[in-house]
Amino acid sequence: MISFKQVSKRYPGGYAALKNISFEVAAGEMIFLTGHSGAGKSTLLKLIAAIERPNGGTVTVNGQNIGKIKAGAVPYLRRNLGLIFQDHKLLFDRNLFDNVMLPLQIAGFDHRESAKRVRAALDKVGLLKREKAIPIALSGGEQQRLCIARAIVNRPSILLADEPTGNLDADSANAIMDIFKSFHQVGATLLISTHDENILREFKGRRLSLKQGELQS
Amino acid sequence: MKSWLMHHLYVMQYTVRRLRTSPLSSLLNILVIGVALSLPTGGYILLQNLQGVADKLVGAPQISVFLNMNSSQDEISRFTKQLEQHADISRVEFVSREQALQQLQQTTGLADVTGGLAQNPLPHAFIIYPKGNDIAVLESLRDELKAWPKFEHVQLDSAWVRKLEALLKFGRLAVLILAILLSFALVAITFNTIRLQILTRREEIEVSKLIGASNSFIRRPFLYFGLVQGLLGGTTAWLIITISLSLLNINLSDLVQLYASNFSLQHLSFGDSATLLVFSAYLGWLGAFLSVSQHLWQIEGA
Repeated sequence: MISFKQVSKRYPGGYAALKNISFEVAAGEMIFLTGHSGAGKSTLLKLIAAIERPNGGTVTVNGQNIGKIKAGAVPYLRRNLGLIFQDHKLLFDRNLFDNVMLPLQIAGFDHRESAKRVRAALDKVGLLKREKAIPIALSGGEQQRLCIARAIVNRPSILLADEPTGNLDADSANAIMDIFKSFHQVGATLLISTHDENILREFKGRRLSLKQGELQS
Repeated sequence: MKSWLMHHLYVMQYTVRRLRTSPLSSLLNILVIGVALSLPTGGYILLQNLQGVADKLVGAPQISVFLNMNSSQDEISRFTKQLEQHADISRVEFVSREQALQQLQQTTGLADVTGGLAQNPLPHAFIIYPKGNDIAVLESLRDELKAWPKFEHVQLDSAWVRKLEALLKFGRLAVLILAILLSFALVAITFNTIRLQILTRREEIEVSKLIGASNSFIRRPFLYFGLVQGLLGGTTAWLIITISLSLLNINLSDLVQLYASNFSLQHLSFGDSATLLVFSAYLGWLGAFLSVSQHLWQIEGA
């Protein structure tokens, strides 16, 4: 599903964020990406979503080589990924329903079919009753759940979550991890970056541990 | 296909809604575009009307010869023959002073005035229709006739029409330059409006790109906005021109009645109106396209 072969990424200015990374992720796996901040977790996720391009090696996602993918093909790659951001990246000028609707509008779904899917996604994260609210009225945990609803409404095969529980208290964090676990159970591939010790203690799954841009074994 | 149409319909509704969320600035933008477009369009339609007048007047070029008041009947018949045999002249028409007076009374309704005259002040005249209408030949013919005895005054009638034509040509060039300059202004206005919109919606654009929006999806609402704004500006220009011409015609009718004429200004033709609207919509679209392309590129670079 996802494969890294001797991947390196340097940012302009010479800072090496990733050095010689190789690993494979099979379909249906739930993987925790661990390491301190600055270890390269976000960069690794960005490479998968083609937000950044590798300087060396090959990144393959769903059979596509990210280093060689054309700009015009990037949107279609991203529609098969669910992206969950630490800072949520919600749009505060529209209500919950319209926030979750956005990916379906982008993909050009039929309106009535979309409305059903949006409600199902909101229901899954426990926000269905608040579909008319605007995101500013939500707590941090609720905003993160809204971000998850937006990521899954397209039914992507791969979910990428960058520090999804970064700023949350333990209860909210657990609620979010339970949602991820339910996706794992229905066969989604998950890549979750975190440095939250509690979560790592509680949840099983393969670990990829990064330290200063290098993969620890 | 259906969802594609639905999407375009949705974007269209969204554009109208966005125009309405800031009605004053939308209105002012549309008004500026309308005024900018109405200037060259107004110049064009006035020139078009002048051209109509010139065409009506020009016909075939004529040379009018007014004879000395004391020329005799013998001299007149001799001149007629000489003129008819001239190589550059196709036809000669003699207008006697009596005929001229009658015509004056009939066509201008000045019977009261002329009736009060003690004697006919008008001279005999020849109206000469030259063969070609090359201005150089006409002028040399005029100069030649001027030298004839008893030819008091020789007038090349088409001369002022030709001057008018030259003036119209100059006017058309001026209008074209004005149109080009103001087209740039229109593109610039749209460019700036869209730039402000992109800045306020930058977050939405970035998020949309992260979750798989293609560039054309992001461009579309802005392009629609530019197109609709341009079209509304064009419509405003059309209204400005049409209303102005109607007002001018009301006042003009009072004026031309005094001259016993029924001249009135022609409105924009259907073709001209359609051209104006299509052109304004296109310029709006172009301004939006340039703006959104430049800013998308900036956002991608960031």
